[in-house]
Amino acid sequence: MRLTVDPDKCQGHNRCYSLAPELFDVDDYGYAHEIGDGTVPAGFEERARLAAANCPEFAIAIHDDVQTDPAVQGAGE
Amino acid sequence: MSGHHPPVSDWATDFDHTDEVWAADPFPIWDELRETCPVAHSDRYGGVWLPTRHDDVSAIAYDTEHFTSRSIIVNEGRPLAEAPVGIAPPISSDPPFHRDARRLLLPAFSPKAIAPLEPFTRAYCHELLDALAGHHVIDAAAEYAQHIPVRVIAKMLGFPEADADQFRGFVQDVLEGVDLPPEERIENFGRLDAYLTAQVQDHVDHPRDDLTSYLLQADIDGQPLEPSHVGGTIALLLIAGIDTTWSAIGASLWHLATHPDDRARLVAEPELVPVAIEELLRAYAPVTMARLVIDDFDYEGCPMRKDDWVLLPFPAANRDPEAFDRADEVIIDRAENRHAAFGLGIHRCAGSNLARMELQVALSAWLEHFPDFSVDDVDRVRWSGGQVRGPRTLPLRIA
Repeated sequence: MRLTVDPDKCQGHNRCYSLAPELFDVDDYGYAHEIGDGTVPAGFEERARLAAANCPEFAIAIHDDVQTDPAVQGAGE
Repeated sequence: MSGHHPPVSDWATDFDHTDEVWAADPFPIWDELRETCPVAHSDRYGGVWLPTRHDDVSAIAYDTEHFTSRSIIVNEGRPLAEAPVGIAPPISSDPPFHRDARRLLLPAFSPKAIAPLEPFTRAYCHELLDALAGHHVIDAAAEYAQHIPVRVIAKMLGFPEADADQFRGFVQDVLEGVDLPPEERIENFGRLDAYLTAQVQDHVDHPRDDLTSYLLQADIDGQPLEPSHVGGTIALLLIAGIDTTWSAIGASLWHLATHPDDRARLVAEPELVPVAIEELLRAYAPVTMARLVIDDFDYEGCPMRKDDWVLLPFPAANRDPEAFDRADEVIIDRAENRHAAFGLGIHRCAGSNLARMELQVALSAWLEHFPDFSVDDVDRVRWSGGQVRGPRTLPLRIA
């Protein structure tokens, strides 16, 4: 599993960073980005999904595998 | 609220967000409008629109092409300040200026910048609660909640703690005095302006390590900020940070006072507080923002005219069943919660990290001191109306 934060959508609500600091970091302005290349370590899948489901701006996409459409995944409630 | 307006005759065609009925319980109004008239209109305030569905609130919040933030508090007048700067940047600013004005402020409010303020805030909450020990009835709004954001923002700005009562007066003038005649509003703003001018001058003469001195030294593309920009931004921080957070703390305590199961659960599981505050923010979001229509424009069949107001009731969006499962229920451990309490889009509340920290610390400290409490006299509970809704009188009986 891999996740990405869309920098054009992120408005710095910091929900992801507070829910999963192992997967997200924030810059000096409070905008979030995925740590490293966004690969979700084993055991953190549920946290990744939760972070995506709590983003008010729908800025986080989860890529379960290469076939998955990130837009559809990211918009899922 | 000053009660200058006649009572509302019909919520779909004559609504008024300062009406007492709205202040006491706006949820049935929004629920009915969402079903029957999702974008309502009123001739009050020179013309104002009210979307209540999450889809419409977010679409308008994202649309900076048709809607300006030049003024964000609905009132009888129209702002003298011009776009894109507006009266209190960056909340009153539009792109592209908005981005620079906002980036100036964000580092001071990032999660990593706010974390060091937590011990101070916690100590202050305990100090307030220690002083209330032994009281049988406590007005949790007036004697507890309202003091917390005032003290924290005074510390951040480097303003005298002793001026706290004055700050609260300014907040009331700006946010609750919206149905006053424009001349009276201008006079009220004059008092705030005179106070800020004196504080800013003191920081010019005696620079120190606080947010006011930081803004005075800041620049955009090498140009120092205009004095009106510095003053406007400080006014924003003072006004926006105080009764919003006060409202969120008070509303959360009101919920716990009236829902013993949720209260008992948070006492038993203090680690649940961060999740619970998100749900309390969703269900009792204090802040409704506003925009002005830039030019005549048809929004989803609504003939909006230049300079019409549009209210953005994030609290109503948060109760939309299309966006949230069991939207009308408080589910204290709701795990998936994309609430819009801090707004959506480029104007996301710049102080949201600070507000969350204050809310979490204030609730946790209260529950440690007073794990069992209920509303003492329901008839004395008073909620503010207008664009920031929260309890202003909240008598709680301590068990």
